[in-house]
Amino acid sequence: MEMKNVQDAALVRQYIDGNERGIEILITRHKQRIYSFIFSKVMDRDITEDIFQDTFIKVIRTLKKGKYNEEGKFLPWVMRIAHNLVIDHFRRNKRMPKFQSRNDFDIFDVISDGEESMEYEMITSQMHEDVRKLVDELPTDQKEVLIMRIFKEMSFKEIADSTDVSINTALGRMRYALINLRKIIDKNNIILTR
Amino acid sequence: MAKLYNESFPEPVKPTGPKDETVKSLLNFSKALSVTRYKNMTFETLNN
Repeated sequence: MEMKNVQDAALVRQYIDGNERGIEILITRHKQRIYSFIFSKVMDRDITEDIFQDTFIKVIRTLKKGKYNEEGKFLPWVMRIAHNLVIDHFRRNKRMPKFQSRNDFDIFDVISDGEESMEYEMITSQMHEDVRKLVDELPTDQKEVLIMRIFKEMSFKEIADSTDVSINTALGRMRYALINLRKIIDKNNIILTR
Repeated sequence: MAKLYNESFPEPVKPTGPKDETVKSLLNFSKALSVTRYKNMTFETLNN
């Protein structure tokens, strides 16, 4: 089968198995979109080039280390890495993106707005899905408390009454739920920021 | 009278995609990078 028609997940698999052509096709396939996404934030070619390179260095290292576990969602994952690196860039420079007004109309300003919201949508939905999966990994008693507290916005008194335990136990379960979530996030190299 | 300031901005630049050199250097990095695992440890080596 022609490699160019192979889906992202299969290319990732082939690359992890040692076929360098996999990453070449993935970069070629998505380079324009990722580059435009970064450029729409930093509005500078050299910085975009640097962040693009750093993004794929991180992608390559993660894949080679066997830490990638989001099969089938390669592009949103790369977008999130790029997005986080853009944030790091602005943090380092201690400033937010600057928009300059121009006398002439620039079509790219209009196009980039649309792209941004789509990318943000992808990142958000990916993030929500990740969080749902992470919560599912927790032991039942911890999951129960976390869902009641965060999603149902119940007080610890209500949680304690509803699960028939003391408030201290409910607090303890919540604490361990958060500790365990952090552990899973670190272990799987998951990025959960926007 | 208040001074008037005028700043000229550079022409808007459209993204054209990454440079070929950038893509090539990434592919070279990928080929050069090897990861070895020993017990719970991971070692990265760049073979240039």
